[in-house]
Amino acid sequence: MATAEAPKLLFADIDEPGLATREVYERRGGYESLRAALAMTPEAVLEQLKASGLRGRGGAGFAMGTKVSFLPKGAMDKYLVCNADESEPGTFKDRELMQKNPHLLIEGLIIASYAAGANRSFIYIRGEYVLQADALDAALVEARNAGYVGEDIHGSGHSLSLVVHRGAGAYICGEETGLLDSLEGKRGNPRLKPPFPANQGLYQGPTLINNVETLSTVPTIIRMGGEEYAKLGVETSTGTKLVSVSGHVQRPGNYEIELGIPSREIIYGLAGGPPEGRQVKCWFPGGSSSPVLKPEDLDVPYDFDSLGKAGSMLGSGAIIVVDDSTAILDVAMKTAKFYRHESCGKCTPCREGTNWTVKMLERIDSGEATPMDLEIMASVQEHIIGNCLCVLGDAMAMPIGSMIAKFKDEFEAHIERARLSRGLSDVAGSDLALAAQGTLDAGPETLLASDPSGDQAPGEHAGDPGTHQGGA
Amino acid sequence: MSPRGWDTPVDLEREPATIPNPDTTPVPAELRAEIEAHMANYPDRRSAALPALAAAQRVHGWCSPEAIEQVACVMRVTPAYLESVASFYDMLETSPVGRHSVYVCTNISCSLRGADELLEAVLKAAEDGIDGEPINVRAFECLGACDIAPMASVDGVYVGPLSISDVPQLLEDIRSGNPVLPELQLARRLVADPHANSREYPEHPIQPAPGGAANLELPTESPDAAIGTMDGERPGPTAAVEDTPDHAGEESA
Repeated sequence: MATAEAPKLLFADIDEPGLATREVYERRGGYESLRAALAMTPEAVLEQLKASGLRGRGGAGFAMGTKVSFLPKGAMDKYLVCNADESEPGTFKDRELMQKNPHLLIEGLIIASYAAGANRSFIYIRGEYVLQADALDAALVEARNAGYVGEDIHGSGHSLSLVVHRGAGAYICGEETGLLDSLEGKRGNPRLKPPFPANQGLYQGPTLINNVETLSTVPTIIRMGGEEYAKLGVETSTGTKLVSVSGHVQRPGNYEIELGIPSREIIYGLAGGPPEGRQVKCWFPGGSSSPVLKPEDLDVPYDFDSLGKAGSMLGSGAIIVVDDSTAILDVAMKTAKFYRHESCGKCTPCREGTNWTVKMLERIDSGEATPMDLEIMASVQEHIIGNCLCVLGDAMAMPIGSMIAKFKDEFEAHIERARLSRGLSDVAGSDLALAAQGTLDAGPETLLASDPSGDQAPGEHAGDPGTHQGGA
Repeated sequence: MSPRGWDTPVDLEREPATIPNPDTTPVPAELRAEIEAHMANYPDRRSAALPALAAAQRVHGWCSPEAIEQVACVMRVTPAYLESVASFYDMLETSPVGRHSVYVCTNISCSLRGADELLEAVLKAAEDGIDGEPINVRAFECLGACDIAPMASVDGVYVGPLSISDVPQLLEDIRSGNPVLPELQLARRLVADPHANSREYPEHPIQPAPGGAANLELPTESPDAAIGTMDGERPGPTAAVEDTPDHAGEESA
């Protein structure tokens, strides 16, 4: 049974002064896994990764070893890209790793590139993470000087170039194909898949893309051995996981847990639960893109499959707790506005769906909506899911859909209250004709009216996002 | 303000801009060297678009037509291509802004802890700018620091949790050039996990002042003097511009 006092694999003495330097990192046994890996064949390293059962820590939870094996064999330029864009709301685990232990990521990345046969690598880090990118740059210079990065690494015949690439602020660049376009110097628009990046990714070459935490776990797997690592956690979710807990908890922050512990243990045991006198109203188990769960789900084991069965997902491992002092409409509005702003505009269901969802939520708040709007809003969400090139639209549709389903009563009460305060009739009563009249009166006119907050057109990414957020 | 081309008409008579002529497009030597160093990092030079535009923005304050022209000249791409890139990313400014920026995170975790009120307070306090110069205060999407919510990124330095009473000091620190709210800097914080460290460690050192060496790849001196350097005189690729990191923020005392 997994417990909260997991072995600290990623966070072991993470605050030790100087851990970001090669000197301290090596004194603690750093780069020994790399030496061990280079003494093995790439196939043997890959076997260890597969045996570990490590699933990607970025959100999708795909088996890392399998992903590595998708890269074609043969002599050609192959790319390894580390996704350090970490922009899923609620997620801040990679930030702590890169800032305090950048050599761990670099070591894991070199080992993974050896297993995959990749000779060029990039760390795509979000532009806002100045401190973390500086830490990585400094560590990279040290790693290069020590011969860990460059030609013929320590006589192994394996060569690797590594560049830290800073983004410039766009959520969509965390989506792997959007990231690749951005890394190629374009707008970060996602691509049609297939072809998948393993076949045609960066510069049309075979590309492996892994999250910071995934790659940072690789040195530990080589040190412990894949099978030993797989004993941690539960059968289909092995190992430890960094969890970012935020929102209405007393001790927000990053915690390293063994996968499979009860979610309650994380939210109450580690993070201290909501402030005194308040109760959990709902919680996002894996970033703002995951469907919300309710207090009765608190005992669901925190692992990939259990959360999936509970109707949500582990995602990036970011738990956002909302307590009973907050209206669900506010949570929905924040979520929807974020995705509206971040939609790249390439696919219609996402571009329009996120925009209309915000407008419908605003109608509820201003007393212009009827309970029927909830059904329309729910159906909009259904029409987004699965109909776009990437999952950004789904990432709004899933949580919003879950909020409508799980807090229907509260939405309806809000609609009624807002209508009453606007002087319209009680729609929950029998006066349906008037209710319908209200819909007609308020509907098209409101929908066509230009947005008074001077919002950007959907899909226009430029300018000041403050106009989006400021009015909330 | 609406983005260009939405409410405002475009000049249909204007000839499409081509790749700028190096003979007639002066580029500051240091900016040119930095962009060239970035281009050398990638198999395809266009990959340098983001770091190059960021570098030009540091020199010019925003991605002005002049800044874009200079980057286009060095990268040998059209200004339109770079505008398409600049207009996509939130951190690249496509209209003039103040030199100092305060990004207030207003995403869900921060707003649950009072970010919207904080943003309002910062906007109000910064209304008149600092010493007559405007400050770029804006709401920003999740900055990845929900553990210190509500928080802000002041010229790239993360501070939080902020209360409204911290706002005057925050602006005063920007004005005076001191490190911003040293006690509240993210860089100092220890990890929340109580079992992570086997020993007690001191708090980490604070970050230098915004706009200090750690946040800039270019020297802080004005590069104006270098304007006029022509193509033939560009410094060699050995110029020390390859993302030279400053260790000051990382190494512990």
